Amino acid sequence: MANLSTNIGALQLKNPVMTASGTFGYGLEFEDVVDLTAIGGIIVKGTTFQPRQGNDYPRMAETPSGMLNCVGLQNKGVQYFCEEIYPKIRNIDTEMIVNVSGSSPEDYARCAACINELEDIHAIELNISCPNVHDGGMAFGVTVEGASSVVRAVRQAYDKTLIVKLSPNVTDIVSIAKAVEAEGADSVSLINTLMGTSIDIEKRKRMLSIGTGGLSGPCVKPVALRMVYQVSRAVNIPVIGLGGISSATDAIEFIMAGASAIEIGTANFLDPAISVKVAQGINEWLDAHNVASVKDIIGVAE
Amino acid sequence: MALKKHIVDLQVVSREELGDRFVLLKCTDANAPLPPMMPGQFAQLRVDGSKETFLRRPISINFVDLKSNQVWFLIQLVGAGSRALGRLQAGDLLNALLPLGNGFSMPVSADTKVLLVGGGVGTAPLLYMGAQMKLMGMKPTFLLGARTADMLLQLEEFQKVGDVYVTTEDGSAGEKGFVTQHSILFKEHFDRISVCGPSPMMKAVAKYARANSIPCEVSLENMMACGLGACLCCVEKTTKGNVCVCTEGPVFDINELTWE
Ligand SMILES: Cc1cc2nc3c(=O)[nH]c(=O)nc-3n(C[C@H](O)[C@H](O)[C@H](O)COP(=O)(O)OP(=O)(O)OC[C@H]3O[C@@H](n4cnc5c(N)ncnc54)[C@H](O)[C@@H]3O)c2cc1C
Ligand SMILES: Cc1cc2nc3c(=O)[nH]c(=O)nc-3n(C[C@H](O)[C@H](O)[C@H](O)COP(=O)(O)O)c2cc1C
Ligand code: FES
Repeated sequence: MANLSTNIGALQLKNPVMTASGTFGYGLEFEDVVDLTAIGGIIVKGTTFQPRQGNDYPRMAETPSGMLNCVGLQNKGVQYFCEEIYPKIRNIDTEMIVNVSGSSPEDYARCAACINELEDIHAIELNISCPNVHDGGMAFGVTVEGASSVVRAVRQAYDKTLIVKLSPNVTDIVSIAKAVEAEGADSVSLINTLMGTSIDIEKRKRMLSIGTGGLSGPCVKPVALRMVYQVSRAVNIPVIGLGGISSATDAIEFIMAGASAIEIGTANFLDPAISVKVAQGINEWLDAHNVASVKDIIGVAE
Repeated sequence: MALKKHIVDLQVVSREELGDRFVLLKCTDANAPLPPMMPGQFAQLRVDGSKETFLRRPISINFVDLKSNQVWFLIQLVGAGSRALGRLQAGDLLNALLPLGNGFSMPVSADTKVLLVGGGVGTAPLLYMGAQMKLMGMKPTFLLGARTADMLLQLEEFQKVGDVYVTTEDGSAGEKGFVTQHSILFKEHFDRISVCGPSPMMKAVAKYARANSIPCEVSLENMMACGLGACLCCVEKTTKGNVCVCTEGPVFDINELTWE
């Protein structure tokens, strides 16, 4: 058995496999079919200061190897999270991480401040990259100034591990990563979804209710992998890699590209138990190659 | 209480074509007894070997036979996913996540007169519902609608379970017209109605139920990705705001919906 533990700032994960926000609920939805404690970390649904209804149906469209979604951050708000959800998930024996979104730097900071009070939540992931809301989300993640302003505000309100989730819908992701590092982020995770669309030719109409949506799944993997490789070589904070991971081989590619941990998103829909299988598969690969610790292969790809 | 969900590799025991647009798959778990499932619940079936599709497909539990350890799925061939499922042969494996969602509410008293209304492939979950009612000593009434006689599915199975009334749009079987025009609705009183079918049909039945103050449940077929309440793709507008059809439904009381 290889050593699978890995670090994201002050956070120690028992293994490098986490589940991505918006694809694994609060974890509880999956507990019948997967051992939650065998997952390295669970990043729960996007949470905002105020409750949000999200976008209208239809919110998804399928592609041959992925999907588009325009959920639009539907959630019951941070107060509901703290009062109703947190008590149910705080004792799950894995790192429970909250994905935070907002419509202004102050809004993000208010939400983060509430979560800062929760003893058993040791990290947040800031979503400055949601392509499906007009007010905020990706608007912040696509410019150096926007990204910096959110991280600066949140850093003052939040003193535990701060992960910033980057948008791939930019010309130069490295400059954004460096900017959030300079503002005090403890880690960056990438990528969020790629903006796309699809058309129903019979109805002569775009399929999603708001016209566009975020693309995820195996089809985005090469783009995500390239970005993880570039960013991890440009920053000194740990990088979390995601985008299209659906096997241990995919995960090891991201780790070799420079990721200290990985997240699995859309693949949970095909196999709700995939995260545990990927963690086991990484272990088997390490053993088969006589590698003692997963840390020994982070960033080894030339 | 929610039933425990499972991921199982089912084995196809038999494949029957019902006309040229429907396939009935009877499946078993070769290794263990099937988990308990309720009428109106569904499974997320993995579609293997289909280049065009990516996600699982939600399909209703059509029937469960504890004696032979079988679960049936009735599949309408509409697009690439359902066609790929419909190509499965006896002996093939079918990976299923089940049971999902909330079923129809079962009548508590044997005197309750229940009408089960189905249209098209929406008749699928009603067979299991009716069979469970029969086991509980009740006799359900089915009102089944289709465009033409050859699109009426599993009639003999329904007849084993309860009284069956039929409408077709072209009059090739039963009464001509839509289910809401069938004479049984004018002759008999029902205490509750459960409906599954195309949405115009469900809306028409809901309107009838409301006008006659009959409690009524409908089963929705929104597009789904996860089936577990995680992705929030399958939402329906309700009196409580947007809710997931996969976990809060697929069966809803019509008074919860914001249908006009
Ligand atoms: C709870 C529930 C129970 C269902 N029970 C049955 C059943 O017993 N038998 C049956 O034949 N059909 C059933 N359906 C409908 C069935 O899921 C769709 O017909 C099927 O997914 C179509 O896939 P496709 O690839 O063949 O078609 P596509 O070419 O992908 O699409 C054709 C149409 O099917 C619908 N559809 C496509 N993808 C999905 C999806 N992921 N989820 C839901 N709808 C989708 C859309 O309306 C689309 O316009 C049920 C749906 C739900 C939500
Ligand atoms: C249905 C759906 C909902 C999502 N919701 C969120 C969200 O609330 N916050 C967030 O940061 N990312 C969200 N994402 C993005 C994923 O967390 C992930 O970044 C992306 O899907 C790429 O990874 P994947 O290819 O493994 O899915 C969502 C993705 C999907 C498919
Ligand atoms: S299908 Fe994912 S929440 Fe219903």
